[in-house]
Amino acid sequence: MVLDLHAGRGTGRLVRANPVAKVLAAFVLGLGVALSDDPVTPALVLGAVVVALAAGGVTMRVLLMRGWPLLVSAASLGLTTLLFSDTEQPWLTALSVTVRVLAIALPGVVVLVTIDPTDLADSLVQNARVPARFAYASLAALRLLPLMAVEWRTIGLARRARGVDAGRNPVAHLRLFAGTVFTLLVGAVRRGTRLAVAMDARGFDAVGPRTIARPQVVRRSDVALVLGAFAVLVAAVLASSALGTFRPFWA
Amino acid sequence: MRGLDLTIEPGERVLLLGASGAGKSTLLTALAGILDLEHAGDAEGRLTVDGVHPRATRDRVGLVLQDPETQLVMARAGDDVAFGLENRAVPGPQIWHRVDAALDTVGFPYGRDRRTDRLSGGEQQRLALAGAFALSPRLLLLDEPTANLDPVGAGLVREAIAAIQRTTGATTVLVEHRVAEALELVDRVVVLTPGEGVIADGEPAEVFAAHGDALAASGVWVPDRPLPTRKARPAQPDASGGGREDLLVADRVGYTHKGGDRPALTGVSVRLRAGEALAVVGPNGSGKSTLATMLAGLAAPATGTVRATPRLAGSDSPVPPHRWRAHVLAARIGTVFQDPEHQFLTGRVRDELAFGPIRRGEKADAVGRRVDDLLDRLRLTSLAEANPFTLSGGEKRRLSVATALTPGPAVLILDEPTFGQDRRTWVELVDLLAAHRDSGGSIFAATHDEAVVASLADRVLTLGHDRPAPVPGREVAA
Repeated sequence: MVLDLHAGRGTGRLVRANPVAKVLAAFVLGLGVALSDDPVTPALVLGAVVVALAAGGVTMRVLLMRGWPLLVSAASLGLTTLLFSDTEQPWLTALSVTVRVLAIALPGVVVLVTIDPTDLADSLVQNARVPARFAYASLAALRLLPLMAVEWRTIGLARRARGVDAGRNPVAHLRLFAGTVFTLLVGAVRRGTRLAVAMDARGFDAVGPRTIARPQVVRRSDVALVLGAFAVLVAAVLASSALGTFRPFWA
Repeated sequence: MRGLDLTIEPGERVLLLGASGAGKSTLLTALAGILDLEHAGDAEGRLTVDGVHPRATRDRVGLVLQDPETQLVMARAGDDVAFGLENRAVPGPQIWHRVDAALDTVGFPYGRDRRTDRLSGGEQQRLALAGAFALSPRLLLLDEPTANLDPVGAGLVREAIAAIQRTTGATTVLVEHRVAEALELVDRVVVLTPGEGVIADGEPAEVFAAHGDALAASGVWVPDRPLPTRKARPAQPDASGGGREDLLVADRVGYTHKGGDRPALTGVSVRLRAGEALAVVGPNGSGKSTLATMLAGLAAPATGTVRATPRLAGSDSPVPPHRWRAHVLAARIGTVFQDPEHQFLTGRVRDELAFGPIRRGEKADAVGRRVDDLLDRLRLTSLAEANPFTLSGGEKRRLSVATALTPGPAVLILDEPTFGQDRRTWVELVDLLAAHRDSGGSIFAATHDEAVVASLADRVLTLGHDRPAPVPGREVAA
């Protein structure tokens, strides 16, 4: 997997920024790049993001070490485009695809790897007025996901022990898959029910107000982060327009 | 549950006993105020806590259930204890004082930032107790909090419960099959029977003196009651070839889990022999389950070899078991997983038992007779048409052992087969395993259960003590 959810926690100002602000900043940049259809705008955004990350505590070295799978997949997408593109300038198209993928994905990936899920839930509840029941129930469900991955493997082994494998028969593969999914879902529903009981037993279904153990504050720097992302996008679009290269995707 | 009359005074510590289906867990959730009585199929009578409806006393009640994995909500230990305090609207600055006090009371060995998915089952249960304790409960409801734990973990959880009782003086209602260990936590025993309500009530010694036999027969682990012994008869001198022949041999096997930084197991050698039951013991993380998986032909050893003898595998014996096709494997080496549900393949108990024999190509009428016979022996005849997923824990366990045996394997591998089982199921399981062994089969049981070792095991293999486990397994005669 590309993401290590606990990589790089606790270092650098950007990393410590308010989770909702980070998500918002990445969303602004991603949406802006997705809506532009020229290579220059994404390239400028990408450049600005790399510089901002370095200034905010995520160095180029860390970025390459953690982000190389992303780089490889973006490059392979570019290579595929180069080989199969029927445009007049295949090199340019390929480069454009690579840069666009990186410019959209990099901010999102950085945000994902530097946000602790608990902090995000806290911030969503406190700063974005997401209902606490929804946020913390989702968070609790997220905690059960790794258990399901382990369980998937165990069920596969258990089926082999019962004498069931698929060999080379594709229909048998499908049946085996469906059976494993069913067993996994039964287990997931049971777990979910038990977890809900445990949560309600600790007052999660109470109607009164909740208090907050981990305050999430929105600092001026967090507002600056979102405004900065917006400014980078506007600047990139203006620069690209000035160069005569800007093209929105609907044009 | 029906016709139950029971009054528990403040500060009393009650052990609730009864066969499965007697309504113990239902009563606990009702007392906790989270049983939905309005939408129940059929509810009658009156239940009050502190003289009012249990829903009104919710914030005076702490509830801890059996399964450690689903007791915790948050990713970090301190946050998890704080979760209940936030819900009860405890002012922010007070929360962390109470979190620290709760972690301290249950003897939680790590700081607030400890990730909850890195905890052992026993540590998770102690954290769940801290979460309940932090809410200053006046009534503590515990539903088999130690059933899924190894003996060391269970002991520490009981210490944590005792500490909470000392600190809060809370009224306690405890449901627990394993009575001997629970007695230190209670001063009153109440026995429920399905449909009849309370059939015995009083001080533990009195109740067990008067009802001990009936309780043991219904599945309660009554203290000081001997268990049947089911050892193999001594092996015949090898004149007729009737000695204990090797079936499956592990030679210096080792294994490292994907992504694991240390080997789960290193250099363990063991022989599984016909007509012999081997118990594999050792603390959590010593590699018992990993060894079981490799002997079961479900994973290839990273180092060393697992080899089937010609007696077990005929001309296939040069091929390692993990490379056999599944139906071949199931007919030679059967495996019983810790969670029976992982192994169910069909929607009916009857089909579940017929699956193996039909795969082997046995005739339908012969299979039908065999399944009827098995259903009878397993006390599952009345449930033949039921969905396996809807059975009780003990029924599922008996069914899963039987389904592993139906394809006719000589070797049977079991991972904690007696975990959380009541006494009656326990005895039936040991009988089932002993019968397999005595008909020339081989048993490998990874277990924490000392009673299994004492009753069934002919040999014991002890795996290393600390992680990593560089000490090769030590084999001694039981």
